[in-house]
Amino acid sequence: MFIRQETIEKNAVLLLVLTLLTVAIGGIVEIVPLFTIETTVEHVKGMRPYSPLELRGRDIFIQEGCYLCHSQMIRALRDEVERYGHYSIAAESMYDHPFQWGSKRIGPDLARVGGKYSNDWHYGHLKYPQALVPESLMPRYAFLADTPLRTDDIQARLRVLRAEGVPYTDEDIAEAPADLAAQADPQADSAALVKRYPKANTVPGNGRAVTEMDALVAYLQMLGTLVDFADTNSERLQQ
Amino acid sequence: MSDAVTSLAARPVVYNEAIVKKCVIAAMFWGVVAFLVGVYIATELAWPQFNLGLSFINFGRLRPVHTSAAIFAFGGSALIGTSFHVVQRTCRARLFGGDALVNFVFWGYQFFIVMAALSYVMGFSQGMEYAEPEWHLDLWLTIVWVCYAIVFIGTLFKRQEEHIYVANWFYVAFILTIAVLHIGNNIALPVSIFGAKSYEVASGVQSALIQWWYGHNAVGFFLTAGFLGMMYYFIPKAANRPVYSYRLSVVHFWSLIFLYIWAGPHHLHWTALPDWTQTLGMAFSIMLWMPSWGGMINGIMTLSGAWDKLRTDPGLRFSVTAVGFYGMATFEGPVMSIRDVNALSHYTDWGIGHVHSGALGWVAFITFGAIYYLVPVLWKRSGLYSTRLANWHFWIATLGIVFYITSMWVAGIMQGLMWRAYDAFGFLQYSFAESVVAVHPYYVIRLTGGLLFLTGALIMVYNLIQTVRSPSTVERQAVPAGLALAAE
Repeated sequence: MFIRQETIEKNAVLLLVLTLLTVAIGGIVEIVPLFTIETTVEHVKGMRPYSPLELRGRDIFIQEGCYLCHSQMIRALRDEVERYGHYSIAAESMYDHPFQWGSKRIGPDLARVGGKYSNDWHYGHLKYPQALVPESLMPRYAFLADTPLRTDDIQARLRVLRAEGVPYTDEDIAEAPADLAAQADPQADSAALVKRYPKANTVPGNGRAVTEMDALVAYLQMLGTLVDFADTNSERLQQ
Repeated sequence: MSDAVTSLAARPVVYNEAIVKKCVIAAMFWGVVAFLVGVYIATELAWPQFNLGLSFINFGRLRPVHTSAAIFAFGGSALIGTSFHVVQRTCRARLFGGDALVNFVFWGYQFFIVMAALSYVMGFSQGMEYAEPEWHLDLWLTIVWVCYAIVFIGTLFKRQEEHIYVANWFYVAFILTIAVLHIGNNIALPVSIFGAKSYEVASGVQSALIQWWYGHNAVGFFLTAGFLGMMYYFIPKAANRPVYSYRLSVVHFWSLIFLYIWAGPHHLHWTALPDWTQTLGMAFSIMLWMPSWGGMINGIMTLSGAWDKLRTDPGLRFSVTAVGFYGMATFEGPVMSIRDVNALSHYTDWGIGHVHSGALGWVAFITFGAIYYLVPVLWKRSGLYSTRLANWHFWIATLGIVFYITSMWVAGIMQGLMWRAYDAFGFLQYSFAESVVAVHPYYVIRLTGGLLFLTGALIMVYNLIQTVRSPSTVERQAVPAGLALAAE
């Protein structure tokens, strides 16, 4: 197994092959078991795929680079749990392609922001953050309320995610345009929507076109609300 | 080998220096762009009114422009340029693949940078830090990178030197590993062949670890291994001394590339990533301290017997200071990777300070050192237009870095302490908003540091332009141009 450096540095092929082997080991040892160890993602009740409007809201979240200032990962530390709620578990991001845990808190963590504020608060805050939080460093996102949401490819999006393992059914995909419209219209009959996507939060919309802001608010309002932690215990959360 | 030596004397190698010149110009251009955008987003964080309510200059869309411009545009152009310079000289061979392929690597890479920056401000992003470009740009970069690898490795194969020089080991590790990381982290399915949007195949916790395997090794192999290659050529050249220890370079090369790849999980301490992975990441991050300092010692001690040059050669002073900052950042990194330190430092501005002591102190300074050396060599000038201006650049930029990292240390540690502070009744003492107000003065100091750093870079640009415009020394040389090139 011992090869002299003198041999390696006189032979380019050897240098290439050994370099590749050396850098491959760590990644393989750390990443592969995450796909094979069954307890990596906990088995908890309540997790469901994103509703079509929530999914589009998540796309807007990524489009605007929200993850650069807001984490979505409450660490298992006392102060974080008291400030933001139950620490985040792996199951809660199992349908996140890609993850949005973030790395920097210029603003607060959003992993459990869902339901903490009213829809109206979110609309007002996104349009002019300093009106509601004077200390805030957040940019204004009023333009999202003027930008119609692209919805024509919603079924294609669900289909791609299904190919990647998100359990959307044929019915979910067929009904996606209707579900999307229903979640942005308080007058609509949302029974079918809520049956498919429990706890889906209907946003008021503006009565005309569905906007990017409607989608973003629907997304923010469901964050961290799906898993019922009263219904689980530490044994089930053991990885 | 004696045949090779004979034919070399008969037929001197004419190096492709045009490509190195292009890369140097691109690196300086993108450097200024990266620092300028950095200054602007620092202004947005100090005074959010500067976002102006416009989607395309909001912080969230401009930050990827800043990070990509700094890492991939400035750092990447510098790495491609210096690697082409170093591999030709240390192999005594012209670049493999012909000028067309070499030019494709350059222009293809520049095209990628411009398209990536445009796509960010237009709102296209994969939502992964330092891997924001969407799938079609990722594919394009893969093609360009494979061509880059062919040119570089092909040149190694046609070398007229028996040994592959140590700088090239690091460049090889950089090129190969970045290819693996780029492909590994960008496995995604597009929503439509005609649209930009895609969804990554991995999700949640797996997606997180793959991202930080990528993200941390973008630091390890793009910003460290590549620039160590730069160090191993330009410091010995500028100091006119051999590398301090061959044995140390062997040991630290193999241990560095082996250990670095494990360190990613330290970005995910206390999260939903399983504990065993976090512990592995922490342990390897701490071990990484040793090979990092091996590199630092080898770089700095190469000046043994030539320390006086620090007074007279500002380029060399940049390079050596860079290695000092490298040593500092690679000590700070292992400290921050300890779980209990990370509990305080993660999510705060301490991380931003850490990354900038690496990016400004190490990456930018070692690049400045290399470029101050390269411009007179490439354009055949006797020296820099003004050593005095280069001195000014050095001190202004160093002061800028000190402002930047000290303000971010204070801001970061303060945030960490405020977030976990309890009052006498056992309640959290501060709201999040109070921590935002508290860091404002430090954000202004950080902005000042960035402005100083930008000012220094502009002085450098002026100095280099004047150097190029000064009279050439080539006419005064009596030997044929080809021989002069080979003798550099």
